[in-house]
Amino acid sequence: MTYIRKPRIVHSGLERNELGLTLRDYEGGMSTLCAGCGHDSITAAIVQAFFELSIPPHKVAKMSGIGCSSKTPAYFLSASHGFNSVHGRMPSVATGANAANRDLYYIGVSGDGDSLSIGLGQFAHALRRKLNMLYLIENNGVYGLTKGQFSASADVGSRAKKGEVNEQPPIDPVVLAISQGCNFVARGFSGDKRQLVPLIKAGLLNPGFGMIDIISPCVTFNDHEGSTKSYAYTREHQHEAVHADYIPRRQEIEVDYEAGEVATVELHDGNKLLLKKAEAVYDLRDRAAAIDYVISHHRRGEIVTGMLYMGRDEREMHDVSNTTRQPLMSLPYETLCPGADALAELQRGMR
Amino acid sequence: MPDSQKNRLNDFVIKVATVNGTGSASANTLLMKSIFRMGVPVTGKNFFPSNIQGLPTWYEIRVSGDDWRARAGHVDIMVALNAETYQRDMEEVESGGVLIYDSTWPRHRQLNRTDITILGVPLAKMCNENFERARERILMKNMACVGALVALLDLDMSVVEALVRDTFARKEKLIEGNLKAVHLGYDYAREHFRCPLPTRVTPLDRTQGHILIDGNSAAALGCLYAGATVGAWYPITPSTSLMDAFKAFCERYRVDRETGAHNYLILQAEDELAAIGMVLGAGWAGARAFTPTSGPGISLMSEFIGFAYYSEIPAVIFDVQRVGPSTGMPTRTQQCDLMAAAYASHGDTRHVVLFPAAPRECFEFAVTAFDLAEDLQTPVFVLSDLDIGMNDWMCREFQWDDTYRPRRGKVLDAEALEKMERFHRYLDVDGDGIPYRTYPGTHPSKGAYFVRGSGHNKFGGYTEDSDEYQEVMDRLRRKFDTAATMVPEALERPAKSPTSLGLVSIGSCDNAVLEALDRLARDGVHLDYLRVRAFPFGREVQAFLDTHERVFVVEQNRDAQLKSLLLLETDVERSKLSSILHYNGLPIDCHSIEQAITRAIARGAAA
Repeated sequence: MTYIRKPRIVHSGLERNELGLTLRDYEGGMSTLCAGCGHDSITAAIVQAFFELSIPPHKVAKMSGIGCSSKTPAYFLSASHGFNSVHGRMPSVATGANAANRDLYYIGVSGDGDSLSIGLGQFAHALRRKLNMLYLIENNGVYGLTKGQFSASADVGSRAKKGEVNEQPPIDPVVLAISQGCNFVARGFSGDKRQLVPLIKAGLLNPGFGMIDIISPCVTFNDHEGSTKSYAYTREHQHEAVHADYIPRRQEIEVDYEAGEVATVELHDGNKLLLKKAEAVYDLRDRAAAIDYVISHHRRGEIVTGMLYMGRDEREMHDVSNTTRQPLMSLPYETLCPGADALAELQRGMR
Repeated sequence: MPDSQKNRLNDFVIKVATVNGTGSASANTLLMKSIFRMGVPVTGKNFFPSNIQGLPTWYEIRVSGDDWRARAGHVDIMVALNAETYQRDMEEVESGGVLIYDSTWPRHRQLNRTDITILGVPLAKMCNENFERARERILMKNMACVGALVALLDLDMSVVEALVRDTFARKEKLIEGNLKAVHLGYDYAREHFRCPLPTRVTPLDRTQGHILIDGNSAAALGCLYAGATVGAWYPITPSTSLMDAFKAFCERYRVDRETGAHNYLILQAEDELAAIGMVLGAGWAGARAFTPTSGPGISLMSEFIGFAYYSEIPAVIFDVQRVGPSTGMPTRTQQCDLMAAAYASHGDTRHVVLFPAAPRECFEFAVTAFDLAEDLQTPVFVLSDLDIGMNDWMCREFQWDDTYRPRRGKVLDAEALEKMERFHRYLDVDGDGIPYRTYPGTHPSKGAYFVRGSGHNKFGGYTEDSDEYQEVMDRLRRKFDTAATMVPEALERPAKSPTSLGLVSIGSCDNAVLEALDRLARDGVHLDYLRVRAFPFGREVQAFLDTHERVFVVEQNRDAQLKSLLLLETDVERSKLSSILHYNGLPIDCHSIEQAITRAIARGAAA
């Protein structure tokens, strides 16, 4: 939490981005999560992604709900405004903020407890609305802050620390998001930063709603044998379908991939997403195929990760609503008020 | 026609009983507006079911040359077009009154009264003979009925015709048919009855400078003029027409003529939980944002309202009150959310609430609400009700001062931040309990803060420290004291003679109270009247209570919520206050107030 300040030491040799900022400029307060928490690794990946994209920190709005995951916006980008809202209702706050100021980058950090129970409705409706934001679900299958109850993402047969076995089918945010028309859907693993950082970068630049479900083991309540969201289980059963690398438009593609297994996807702003397929998988633009792939692997006990679906609809909420390009919060009052004469004229029709 | 028929020139109530979904609304408006255009004050009240088609509905028009605008509480002329409610509609007519019915079908002999005039007009028959399509035959019955009333009430036919043309200006095809129907009814009445009736309308010039408008449209207009750009809502009766009106105004005044781009964004949320979240997000990011709702919506929004109170985010919430508890009677009126709004949410929370009494105040208070919300960085409620919100009221024309500029409150821009060493979100720099805030994206390195509903200290940091927590809570208390000096003051209307009796009331009770006080004064009973217009109460409320020996509190709910607020928030002695309560879902009328006060005073004198 932010009252614990990190010592700020800047070495002259630290790498600087296009804005002349160092990685330190993208960090936040000291984490108060448990040592080894997957969420802290995700925080590090977020810091890395913003740094590499050279996004000015003050042009970012950090949004969250309630839970361990929702505390993390205090641990990155301390020069950004943050909004730690109420349980499951960050999407509505982000919607309102984005309505007021479309010129900021919106990143939401939520968890399985926050997004898949009370927040299920708001999550689904924010993506239906094509809200322009990157929405991360730090998914660990349990309620951490209340000490280890199953969440709605817990797999059938997964065993809690105290021995209870979950019998209710899990809600998979990836399948939900693809089925509801989300344009950018990926899954990552907190233990795989190499995969996660490019996904976050691409998600930040993707217009509309981007969702990354990130398996993020809870070291205290869900990292034991019998859990399907532990580090060991995830490492063993992770199946990376499509690895994505984000390539800025200015940069030539230099990554060395074997021919035949690489596809580039041009993003709306001219940047590219380089997709490396681990095997002959489906067309990433095919919704039904994507859902089928994820579900069939899950049935085999595998956790499919990587870039899983990219839609073709690049419109976001403001495009659909035909909102003016200038942020509404900055419109001068003179353009908003019709004035006394218009009021008098309007009232002539009320007699 | 019985000789006893009353002569009520420009002073009567006409009630139209129909089935909803049969197109009576435009006919009712036509009737009311015609009288209005003849310069005679009118009030229209719609009593409608929570249903789309097939249930009974009534529209009551009070014609009052003396300009009394409350529900009168009686009926002089009943237009009984609904067989299902015919008997009770007939029974409701005052002795000496008039009943008009559709004589196409025979009436049961028992459905008769000898003390009223009963006039049969074969509406269905004449419409069936003159119109082709089935739908038209149903709709035009209402217009034919208006035609009969034009003859019976001596309305100016040229005014009626002009109004028909205005009403259907965009659907010209309809003008001819509607005029034809009006004339069918008119001619029939002239031919078969002695026209006009003794109860009728004669032109005056008492509606000059006035308009007919409902409170929801007026509130929407206030939002437009206040510069609101984000509206988030979930449909709920009786607040829906507020956002409908805002949308219509925005389409007219907020679309860029060159690009077609919208200088507004209306978000139809998935529920009220989301609607208020959107408003808070927008308010936090620097837009003026609002949500219209009703009681059930307030219940749903309460967690976020407490969040906004504690994290200090401006928001404007219109609560168009309807009958509770629970789903209650969604299409009937009440003032039942006073407590729910004033203390919405868990923990120690108190909110600014404004109480408009009529559409004109809905317009004005909408603007005031945005200014207060941003000045005070807190949610502000505008508590209207179904009677104000959905009925057409005659109001003095709204005025606008073009020099008005929104009060955006203590917001630091990039320049101000540049000059500061450090910014702290919740510091009380000026001693008024109101801290400074910043919008996201303002300055590259200064001004960022983290909004949280969890414990925080005056610097904006997380805390679980007792003293730090309490310090912020005490400042919020001071801020509320500041609010009491900024809200619209209660209006006092002294009696014509000195008196120790007082009456305190609120919102839409106003017209009925004014009329009751006038009638009481004619009987020599005088009361000073204070209309509370905001919570927290200003000093004038305490002063009024202090200077009267006995105070009647008139309100429209069962549990005396205004009285409760007075007891909680002032030092008034409990025994001084007597409640007059009205909560059956119909707008309060003057007689019940007059009678309650007369009885109470008689009891007091006897004791």
